[in-house]
Amino acid sequence: MDRILAVLKKEFLQIRRDRMTLGIVLMIPLIQLLLFGYAIQTEVKHIPTTVFDQSLSAQSRDMLEAFTASGYFDVTMTADSYDVVTHNIDSGQAKVGIIFPPDFAHNLKRGTSAQVQVIVDASDSLLANQAIATANSIGLIKSQQILVQKMPSRQLPYDIRVRPWYNPDGITAYFMVPAILGIVVTMTMVILTSVAIVRERERGTLEQLLVTPIKPLELMIGKILPYIAMGYIQITVALLVGVLVFHVPIRGSLLQLYLLTLFFITASLGLGLMISNIAKNQMQAFQMSFFVMLPSILLSGFMFPRAAMPRFIYYLSDIIPLTYYLDIIRGIILKGIGFEYLIGQVTALLVFSIFFLVISTLKFKKKIV
Amino acid sequence: MEYAISTRELTRRFGDFTAVDSLTMDIIPGEICGFLGPNGAGKSTAIRMLCGILAPSSGMATVLGYDLLRETEKIKPKIAYMSQKFSLYDDLSVIQNLDFYAGIYSISARHRRKRMQEMLELAQLTGREKDLVANLSSGYKQRLALAAAIIADPELVFLDEPTSGVSPTSRRQFFEIIKTLAEKGTTVIVTTHFMDEAERCDRIAFINQGKLMALDAPDQLKQQFIAGCMVELTPPDPINYLDQLSSLPYVKETSLHGSQIHVLLAHEEYMSQLARDCGHTPEPIEPSLEDVFIHIARLRKEGGVS
Ligand SMILES: Nc1ncnc2c1ncn2[C@@H]1O[C@H](COP(=O)(O)OP(=O)(O)OP(=O)(O)O)[C@@H](O)[C@H]1O
Ligand SMILES: [Mg+2]
Repeated sequence: MDRILAVLKKEFLQIRRDRMTLGIVLMIPLIQLLLFGYAIQTEVKHIPTTVFDQSLSAQSRDMLEAFTASGYFDVTMTADSYDVVTHNIDSGQAKVGIIFPPDFAHNLKRGTSAQVQVIVDASDSLLANQAIATANSIGLIKSQQILVQKMPSRQLPYDIRVRPWYNPDGITAYFMVPAILGIVVTMTMVILTSVAIVRERERGTLEQLLVTPIKPLELMIGKILPYIAMGYIQITVALLVGVLVFHVPIRGSLLQLYLLTLFFITASLGLGLMISNIAKNQMQAFQMSFFVMLPSILLSGFMFPRAAMPRFIYYLSDIIPLTYYLDIIRGIILKGIGFEYLIGQVTALLVFSIFFLVISTLKFKKKIV
Repeated sequence: MEYAISTRELTRRFGDFTAVDSLTMDIIPGEICGFLGPNGAGKSTAIRMLCGILAPSSGMATVLGYDLLRETEKIKPKIAYMSQKFSLYDDLSVIQNLDFYAGIYSISARHRRKRMQEMLELAQLTGREKDLVANLSSGYKQRLALAAAIIADPELVFLDEPTSGVSPTSRRQFFEIIKTLAEKGTTVIVTTHFMDEAERCDRIAFINQGKLMALDAPDQLKQQFIAGCMVELTPPDPINYLDQLSSLPYVKETSLHGSQIHVLLAHEEYMSQLARDCGHTPEPIEPSLEDVFIHIARLRKEGGVS
């Protein structure tokens, strides 16, 4: 106990003295959240749009109004020929072209289908998907309006109402901020602890420690504990940014979030410690950290939904702590669910923590070379 | 008598290379034993094995009565080790380092303050508790490293080149501390490259190419290895003079010490003959440990030591 306390105190003093570590702990969540939060807006709005209106009618103006009112299309250029439309899109000045044929108003009045041609620059698939989906629904909505006006019952035959739960407005930041928080925490925890042992080995202070009566487990625990505090500082900073800057609503219990986060922090610290016990020098420790962080980010469901992953990859993502934490943090923040729904995830993180700590302790020999 | 350390055929290999070769020695409790030998002789390797932080390839040893291989962790609370490389935390203060080791050795809260005060005095750092270790000069650093290592009042202390790179004054002060420790009954193993320090040890272990060449008190070593009469010559061109001297039949050995040549004569009576043969007056001198050192190293090269 004395020995754990001594190591813990020493680590705290060293962290306090080391501006670099403090900087990492405080700045990484700030910078990452702001960068990602703003940049990975998967929603694309205000797409520059060029319009070639051959109909020049009240009907075509009404339709165009519907496009711009959606907020997705900004008419930045008008065109007076197909060639101009082509040019505007080829040159990249416009991403979407909307073309009304000369008989647009005429067809509408006659009750036959009035065509609107929407050309989309699909080289940016995210943008294209958004533009296509929005154009389609605008078309549908407008058609419904007209149908309703004409139908005697004024009732549509089908009425499908899709309700996006938990994030009804489809705001990306809501979904991303909790995930980025998870990534930031695991990344800093792994990197900070991955050098914990190997740095002492390089400096020669480990050789001195090995001659003392300290036990490997005591050393490991003493090294991990101060970083749990660091993890909580990070979570707090990140949550503040999420709430104040991105207005992420926290629907669940904040207390539960903090409690359950402990298991994720310990799992990350354990992983870092394990790396530190395997790596020969600090450089290797860094490389190994990145080697494990990359799949975490790609496979955890942060970037791509797990449900869409091939079987093999899906199972692979089962052995990534972040996968479980994303369930926890998104669950609590967005869905407002409680511990009773997250027992499986918490158990998994606990198993990871113990596994990494045991491996670290076993791997740590009180011998040089 | 129970020895502080007792090794039998203790060996450590790194690949094909044997760093410590069948080391068999007994260390008497309370003595200061100096490990002497050229660079790469295996002194540090031997000490690391005896501290339990480097596994021997073969052989066995007991340290403070415990089996080195099976009871390593029982040995650790009772020994101290100061490695060749400075090993305190540079980014912590003097007192923080001492406090850390006091905690690691589980010194009770009751004794801790007093013990840390004593160690500060020993390192002559009273009043500078809050100084960052990185800012200390090397003499203070070495003393602080010793203080941190012996904070738990160990029975056995290993010091690996504790005085390399510090000023002569600091070296003397450091050796005074070592003497004091030994007077209180602590066994001290110390490696050094300085002959004056070696002279102050109770016994010296000469190690060369991993092998123990001799283990005895300094005076004994001189008597044992330097048979004959040692004289000193100061010729104008000593280096070119060496071969000429060596070819004289009554000269047993020559060695260069700066601008002087040490010549070992088979007997005192050859002194006048040497004066005639070389035209310089030889001065009879007490053989130094260095002479012994050179002599033993040569024996090894020529492949003959018992
Ligand atoms: N971990 C290691 N791996 C490989 N070789 C090693 C290792 N440690 C020591 N050696 C080799 O063993 C030999 C003895 O080294 P050691 O450090 O014990 O010598 P030393 O007597 O302490 O020398 P010095 O006076 O320079 O400190 C050297 O040749 C060294 O290169
Ligand atoms: Mg050495």
